[in-house]
Amino acid sequence: MTDPRDTLPGAPIPFPDEPEVNRDAAREMGLSDAEWDKVIFFLGREPTYAELGVFSVMWSEHCSYKSSRVHLARLPTEGPQVVQGPGENAGAVDIGDGFCAVFKMESHNHPSYIEPYQGAATGVGGILRDVFTMGARPVASLNSLRFGRPDHEKTPHLLRGVVKGIGDYGNCIGVPTVGGEVQFDASYDGNILVNAFTVGIASSDELFFGTAEGVGNPVLYVGARTGRDGIHGATMASAEFDDASERKLPTVQVGDPFMEKLLLEACLEIFAADVLVGVQDMGAAGLTSSSVEMAARSGSGIELDLDAIPRRTRGLTPYEMLLSESQERMLMVARAGEEQRVLDICAKWDLEAAVIGRVTETGRFVCKATPGFDPLGDATRERASQPVVDIPIGALADEAPKYDRPQTQAAPPPREPAPRVDVDASEALRTLIGSPNLGSRQWIWRQYDHVVRDGTVFRPGEADAALVRVFCEREGEPTREKFLAVSVDCNGRHVLLDPYQGAAMAVAECARNVACTGARPLGTTDCLNFGSPEKPDTMWRFAQAIDGLAAACAALDVPIVSGNVSLYNETDGSPILPTPTVGVVGQLDDVAHRVGSAFIRRGDVVAHLGVPSRGALGGSEYWVWQTGYVGGEPVGIDLDAEAALQGLLQSLAREGLLASAHDVSDGGLAVCLAEKCIGKGLGCQVRLPGDGGVAPNARLFAEEPTRVVVSFARDRGEEIQLICEEHGVPFEVLGEVGGNELVIEGAIAVAVGELAERHHGALRDIVGD
Amino acid sequence: MKVAVVVFPGSNADWDALHTVRDVLGVEARYVFHKEHELGAVDAVVIPGGFSYGDYLRAGAIARFSPIASAIASFADGGGPVLGICNGFQVLTELGLLPGALTRNAHLRFECRDVWLRVEGGGPFTHQLSQGSVLRLPIAHAEGRFVCDPDTLARIEAKEQVAFRYCSPDGSVLADPNVNPNGSLANIAGVYNEARNVLGLMPHPERAAEAVLGNEDGLALFECLRAHVEEAA
Repeated sequence: MTDPRDTLPGAPIPFPDEPEVNRDAAREMGLSDAEWDKVIFFLGREPTYAELGVFSVMWSEHCSYKSSRVHLARLPTEGPQVVQGPGENAGAVDIGDGFCAVFKMESHNHPSYIEPYQGAATGVGGILRDVFTMGARPVASLNSLRFGRPDHEKTPHLLRGVVKGIGDYGNCIGVPTVGGEVQFDASYDGNILVNAFTVGIASSDELFFGTAEGVGNPVLYVGARTGRDGIHGATMASAEFDDASERKLPTVQVGDPFMEKLLLEACLEIFAADVLVGVQDMGAAGLTSSSVEMAARSGSGIELDLDAIPRRTRGLTPYEMLLSESQERMLMVARAGEEQRVLDICAKWDLEAAVIGRVTETGRFVCKATPGFDPLGDATRERASQPVVDIPIGALADEAPKYDRPQTQAAPPPREPAPRVDVDASEALRTLIGSPNLGSRQWIWRQYDHVVRDGTVFRPGEADAALVRVFCEREGEPTREKFLAVSVDCNGRHVLLDPYQGAAMAVAECARNVACTGARPLGTTDCLNFGSPEKPDTMWRFAQAIDGLAAACAALDVPIVSGNVSLYNETDGSPILPTPTVGVVGQLDDVAHRVGSAFIRRGDVVAHLGVPSRGALGGSEYWVWQTGYVGGEPVGIDLDAEAALQGLLQSLAREGLLASAHDVSDGGLAVCLAEKCIGKGLGCQVRLPGDGGVAPNARLFAEEPTRVVVSFARDRGEEIQLICEEHGVPFEVLGEVGGNELVIEGAIAVAVGELAERHHGALRDIVGD
Repeated sequence: MKVAVVVFPGSNADWDALHTVRDVLGVEARYVFHKEHELGAVDAVVIPGGFSYGDYLRAGAIARFSPIASAIASFADGGGPVLGICNGFQVLTELGLLPGALTRNAHLRFECRDVWLRVEGGGPFTHQLSQGSVLRLPIAHAEGRFVCDPDTLARIEAKEQVAFRYCSPDGSVLADPNVNPNGSLANIAGVYNEARNVLGLMPHPERAAEAVLGNEDGLALFECLRAHVEEAA
């Protein structure tokens, strides 16, 4: 570690009327005593109030990844398809002809629990900015949501608010929300999860990065004016919840999707003008993190004139300006002399912009402001700015605290009492297909514009992954159409039973969903939602989950290219299910080869591909329904078998052999078949595969991975069986499509119409409309 | 045929319209930014979907004051064909070029799904479709409930200005919310002006004009437009 005190210039002067700075104030802002001592070490003096704020947000778990960095390093991040790995605003994978898919997933959990509408809306706004900051035009969004028990008093309010927030933001800006997933579990009662995913398209040689290079280059502020909203949002996101948390409402940001739309268009036009050196979204920790991170990446310094910050409210202090998380703002570094071009484009889009600083060679983050000066007040007042912040960049970035926190193996959840398996299977299916966790999500996705931009090939519910057509444009070349399959997945119950296996299962399911459409999975983004890292068993689960993710991403060749960690997801000491949500992007070369999930034709053969069921009910919806708790033996996954299955699905699709493909996941085989029937109102008659010695209900509802149910024309069976043998994947014919009932011999017979009605009513029963 | 697609700062289906007219229909099309005062030499104008100026006040309310608004009005007054889709429909009612107004959906939610439309009156965008035929098109709006006063309704019905009504897949015009998705008066989904050269509709024909999107029903409106313009030439 370099001793930063070597370069210390004159200390900044405390700003008039700011609170006293001491160890207690640091604690109040979430810094530990050891961290306070470290601040003093780095500065060689006590910080100003504004500096203390800067340290507290930059050293927050949310910004510094201080508890997770040592573990994240174990994730596989490389591969020939990777154009941009982790560390930038978003990652990117190659999709051919010099274009790439730019994507990332981010959490907005804490704000969404306090204020579901704005919390979720600004979560969408933030992830959109992360993607278009890279120079990519966003083309599709998805989301992964977790709520508490459906009958918890807050759940309807939170569900309605989150869905409306996501919808209003995405619908207005005009990026289709094409898919997602939702799970209800008691562990999320006091801490919901809102994970937002966006993918965009860019020319691979025209990506933009968050760097502040070139001494003397101007730093520009573009977008919405600064207010007091969201101050210390990053710090809030790095602490547990308790009864007082709802008083943190002022830390929630407020979104303006119209402003974001202007910002998006203006940014893309500025990027195309080739006048920028670097750009970064002012997200968590706002102006502070964007300027510090840009300077850190290029090893430069940055100096800001806070008097020049556009603002919407009077009397903002340096502390407030530096920590505000007002939305829809960007920080840009232009090439010297090109600032007017940036300002002109912003004017075209009626967007505020100002030169607020410059790149320096000092390696320090320096901010100056004039006491009492306020452009909204007496603008004639003479400006005489003084330094209010002067911190070595390294102290806020690479040399920020990094902890390898203690781990202890968590006690596995109970395996007794086991669920009854002698309940009527038809009744069980009727209940489960209309249950909150397995019911149709139509009430949600109908509130999202999922068809804007003329690209939605598979709409929500039509296939295991969303399939979108994207238009790749480069000057002087004809527009190319490409097709991306995208899915987001995780089942925290399986992660609770075994964090390594459960996390691997999340990646496998997500990539399998992409492969079911016929597409080749290319890369992964992760959003790791866990409880407090200060609890050794949570930390152990986190570390295990990382290893599971790493193994699955390596085995399935879907490297991690971007991600986000959200810790402290617990309320009053009770953590959420460990929820390492993942998003996978894949590419389908020929759209004619796309495969949907539902049966489409009477007389087609129904077959089971993949690992035969052992009837292991651990972690399943059936288990929780019957016993009221999450437990049982972990079902585990064989990643080699999974890779073979996913390769097979792509081969079968390429040969045009499949009429449908739907993976067996939540709810097991019975629910998989029911969903295949409900899609187009077609029944089927099948026999139950697996070991006849195992109870039928166990085989019907087990959530063991690496299984897909397909349908195909009768005359293609031999060809398919041959290809399955080549790939080493077990193939078993179950029956055929037809009739108006789902019939599983000796177990289930239910009219498809009844299944559909129960399925579609599932969420309406919760939200009441 | 040359088509102008008007771009307000909050337009978001401008690409959908341009792509369908230029790449699917195969005619010349270009964007016209809201800050311009002239449309240029064009044969038809499309006002696309979106949130013109954010629409926090009332959908389309501010677009009336935009620089391009008077050029659109002059083009329409001169008999030029103008198509307003979704937000474009809202803008045209605010400009006074179409009767009625679009208010919050009866169920107060944004809704995106397929609906069925019965073709009613003819005009440049529908003259080749037989009356009573049924189209399937997607909607995506929060403020699509067509309303007007009783005199206006009587007048537009008498003059057969209604272009489309929400119906069931078999063509029945029912009050059922599954059929009439937003509670529109008389199930009105699209309406012409009295001179029949300006059409506004809430559903999106430009998002249902290609087999790859699973629906080509919407292309008919643009084919009618092309035939109309070619006949006039």
